[in-house]
Amino acid sequence: MIDQHFLALLVVVPLLASPLCLLLPNGRLPWLLATAVAWVVFALAVFGVFRVYGDGPVSYWMGGWQPPWGIEYRLDALNALVVLIVAAIGAVVVPFAGRSVPAEVDGANIAGFYAAFLLALCGLLGIAVTGDVFNLFVFLEISSLASYTLISQGRNRRALVSAYQYLIFGTIGATFLLIGIGLLYAMTGTLNMADLARRLAEVEQTRTVFTGFAFIVVGAAIKLALFPLHLWLPNAYTHAPSVVSAFLAATATKVAVYVLLRFTFTVFGLEFSFGAAPLSLILATLAVAAILVGSVSAVTQNNVKRLLAYSSVAQIGYMVVAIAMVTALGLTAATLHLFNHALMKGALFLALGCVVYRMGGADMDSLRGLGRKMPLTMAAFVVAGLSLIGVPLTAGFISKWYLVLAAIELGWWPIVAVVLVGSLLAAIYIWRVVEVAYFREADDPARSEAPWSLLAPTWLLALANIYFGLDARLPVSLAESAASVMLGGAP
Amino acid sequence: MSLLFEHYNYWVAIFLMMTGFYTVISRGNLVKQVVGLNIFQASVFIFYISLAYVDGGATPIVKEGVEVYANPLPHVLILTAIVVGIATTALGLALIVRIKEAYGTIEEDEIREADQRDGKDSDA
Repeated sequence: MIDQHFLALLVVVPLLASPLCLLLPNGRLPWLLATAVAWVVFALAVFGVFRVYGDGPVSYWMGGWQPPWGIEYRLDALNALVVLIVAAIGAVVVPFAGRSVPAEVDGANIAGFYAAFLLALCGLLGIAVTGDVFNLFVFLEISSLASYTLISQGRNRRALVSAYQYLIFGTIGATFLLIGIGLLYAMTGTLNMADLARRLAEVEQTRTVFTGFAFIVVGAAIKLALFPLHLWLPNAYTHAPSVVSAFLAATATKVAVYVLLRFTFTVFGLEFSFGAAPLSLILATLAVAAILVGSVSAVTQNNVKRLLAYSSVAQIGYMVVAIAMVTALGLTAATLHLFNHALMKGALFLALGCVVYRMGGADMDSLRGLGRKMPLTMAAFVVAGLSLIGVPLTAGFISKWYLVLAAIELGWWPIVAVVLVGSLLAAIYIWRVVEVAYFREADDPARSEAPWSLLAPTWLLALANIYFGLDARLPVSLAESAASVMLGGAP
Repeated sequence: MSLLFEHYNYWVAIFLMMTGFYTVISRGNLVKQVVGLNIFQASVFIFYISLAYVDGGATPIVKEGVEVYANPLPHVLILTAIVVGIATTALGLALIVRIKEAYGTIEEDEIREADQRDGKDSDA
């Protein structure tokens, strides 16, 4: 049964578990259920990746209705990678939540918190596996509504305003996607991605299709926080509970990048997206601006969570500039960075979660002397930070290496320079944290390391950064086959 | 001229869309922003539904002697989108209630001032 229905189960299991969570009493039980679900989902995702690499793309017809009439779920090399990222981060982050969430979220809301978390997981996985554009919109809204709720759970009252701002931005973005989908439906009469790709070829040169394309790209750009549409992101990541920051930073923007890739490469096809429309130039320009502005803003931040949030804006820039290259090497770099950035940002935000658990805050002042007070936590932060900078022997180096190679191959020397400047700025902002943690004295130097239930998930991700820096065969081969799917045209 | 009258449904949708969008951007009152967002979404609903109309078509219910039907699929899609819209509105209003409790105001500039007063990690 699992063999046949695993694609549907990937979405249905968290969806059904979510209301169950809400029925459980506040306390440990909702957490246990969420952990079990996250691990089941991870197992299904691993199973799916093996299937895709063993026997090629998997297609599942919801309710047995044949596409394009019914909704098709489809797993190929590209979205298998995204599903793996989301499921893996979910499986690592939920155990962390067991200690961290009761400390940061109102005790009366614990069951609701996990219910929203499972909905967000369901939505993100749904976006990744669906082969139907309207279904994609619905899952996008499920995941977004759940993440607004999660963000608003932060203790600080600013969490409420951040969640509200994100709601306004996110809804405009999703509605833009909806308009674009409507225009495509008006021209083709279909909603299935593969069918759309076939039929759009006949009506490509019409103003309606161009308008639809523009709406969809802008909608996706809002969701993935591409500069200058990133304004919702820093506040949301800063004021959300630590677990939520880690989960969303590692998955939500990645899934939005996937939406952009899916539409531009599979649905519209690269001849249209990058030939008829000047998308390459627009994306490259905005991405360069994102890298520079994001990194410079990160350097000046006083709150480390906000610092990491601005760094995310810059890192998204790396992915988008790699997409704008539209070469096999560039797309490999983009998907590789998708994977590696999830690892490094997940580890960094979890390490900060440990700090918040002990110190109650994440501004520079509360990090003073933590190198001695919480040596294991700060060591994990440094490892992930090195990966973020792109130091050799870490995962971050691999993706930057591919990115630079891809830029050199095209002769895009300014991009090479921008990547180097961006890495230098990353070194500066990570160093600021390291300096405060290791070279300033704490008021109370007594050792107070975070409990192992928080350290274990943090170190798991930190070690993954080193492991995939030493042996990058798995992510590189995944990314290469994803790139060939995108360049191969038909899904 | 024909562009103006034959496709008046699209002009209505565009007018509503811009009205809603402008309201979201220009208003400082959070409830008014949500209202603007609703108008913006409603314009998309109208766009989808007018899309479904087929010239001379009847309502999509099987009946003897009727050959041409309006396309029912966009109607169904929009039912889903309306549910999404209601959920968004509900969540937005719930957040506004909590903001009002925490800040005592729902004006954007007053909230910003309150945040600046507690200082520290505010955005420049």
